[in-house]
Amino acid sequence: MAKTTELICVTCPMGCKLTVTHEGDTILGIEGNVCKRGEAYAQTELVDPRRMVATTVQVVGGVHPLVPVYTTAPIPKPLIFDLLSELRQVKLRAPILAGRVVLEDALGTGVTVLTSRDLPAAPG
Amino acid sequence: MAKRTVDVAVIGSGPGGLAAAIAAKKEGAGNVLVVERDVEMGGILLQCIHHGFGTEILGADLPGPAYAQRFEQEAISLGVETLLDTMVLDITPTRQIVAASESSGLLEVQARSIVLAMGCRERTRAQITLPGARPAGVYTAGMAQRFVNVEGFVPGRRIVILGSGDIGMIMARRLTFEGAKVARVVEIMPFLSGLMRNYVQCLLDFDIPLQLGHTISRIIGRRRVEAVEVVQVDDQWRPVPGTEEIIPCDTLLLSVGLIPENELSRNVGVALDPVTGGPYVDERFETTMPGIFAAGNVVHVYDLVDWVTEAGYVAGKHAARFAAGDRAGQLDYVRLEAGENVRYVVPHVLTRDQLPGESIKLQMRARQPIEKPVWVELRDGEKRLIRRAERYARPGEMLTLVLPERSYEDVRQAETLTVNVLER
Repeated sequence: MAKTTELICVTCPMGCKLTVTHEGDTILGIEGNVCKRGEAYAQTELVDPRRMVATTVQVVGGVHPLVPVYTTAPIPKPLIFDLLSELRQVKLRAPILAGRVVLEDALGTGVTVLTSRDLPAAPG
Repeated sequence: MAKRTVDVAVIGSGPGGLAAAIAAKKEGAGNVLVVERDVEMGGILLQCIHHGFGTEILGADLPGPAYAQRFEQEAISLGVETLLDTMVLDITPTRQIVAASESSGLLEVQARSIVLAMGCRERTRAQITLPGARPAGVYTAGMAQRFVNVEGFVPGRRIVILGSGDIGMIMARRLTFEGAKVARVVEIMPFLSGLMRNYVQCLLDFDIPLQLGHTISRIIGRRRVEAVEVVQVDDQWRPVPGTEEIIPCDTLLLSVGLIPENELSRNVGVALDPVTGGPYVDERFETTMPGIFAAGNVVHVYDLVDWVTEAGYVAGKHAARFAAGDRAGQLDYVRLEAGENVRYVVPHVLTRDQLPGESIKLQMRARQPIEKPVWVELRDGEKRLIRRAERYARPGEMLTLVLPERSYEDVRQAETLTVNVLER
């Protein structure tokens, strides 16, 4: 039986409203997407929904007590809170450079977590 | 008092200010000075740790701090100078800037041109006249964002958010990540005020309920927020009696809009548009005071940082040209008016004979949502100059109409141009 699912693409700020016709995991047709990324989004959203995650990790000796970190690719939605717990265990020492690897292959997903900015050491 | 002279002075080092400084340098300005009141550059982007920045102009999905750092590094590598931890106190019509810092005391900077890039501020409880007690635990969403993402503490455990703006929704997710429970997001309008993608990935994903057409009628609690009273409103925003509901919470976040920050602009005599809250500008982002330009959210509140950066480029480039003495006599303007279903359009005027050799972006907000295909059009009376098809129009999502060079002749002939957003 073909089913219709309404999705909103979150790939970019456009937020296209997608109407996806599918039989189980097999997509028969997509309407409403402005670009190709909408098709890819609908594919994964039906089968294996994923999201980008951004949070902070603790810093010792920095100008701020935290440094922001982010995933370079979306991770499976059900793993978001596991990833956050894992990152809560991390403690970095300042100075920190942007793009430093905080977690490699996070939770076996192949996704990398990087720092978002430089964080200088606190003076003194 | 320390005194110095620069070609272009930029006030604020958020995305608008950094882009303006970069563009001014690239246009050949000698000394470009950015004055920033914080101890580091980047502005509010530093606390916007979520993704979504750069998708339009960089083709990358970056978190705010990474986006800021990219432009900060470019500015520095081009030789832009900075004064950090320095607060601008006043600007004069002759473009003298008086600033103060803890390390240097009072400073005076004489600039050939100035770019205002102070960004915007959040509306507070006072501006929406929220009744009830005045306990601790009421914050603006951006303030809470700074607490959680920069300073490292969570403002509460059980949270209600008033307003469905992007910052509010993003904070709903962020606080959920940090273990807080977001009981509800309440929106007075019958529609979402932020982006749909944020509704999906910040609220729907975490089963956070959104209640449209409702507001908070009362804050309850003596020392600390204990609960809020939520009530349905009618189409005049009046509370509907009998629909009151008490929601226990210890924290109320307000995400009820942003206002361009123009205290300095007002003091120097820059004319402000009561609709946007920002300066009246022409297509080069020059204000009503010659040589004073404005870039980014100080003009009107943008949806995307990418567009703030683009606006900063335009302002900075023309500020550099002004500084170089590239101005012949008085300018003649063509008025640009917000027509049918348009709340405002920026720029407010177009220079009749000085239109730059590049296409110009007209950016506007619809007054009412139209969930059907629409035309966004530019008219000179009966004559339609250009139009663009959009799939819908929503007040929360800025509409852009690009004025191509081939339309310049039509602009020069016009007295007043009008933009409309009409059902197709």
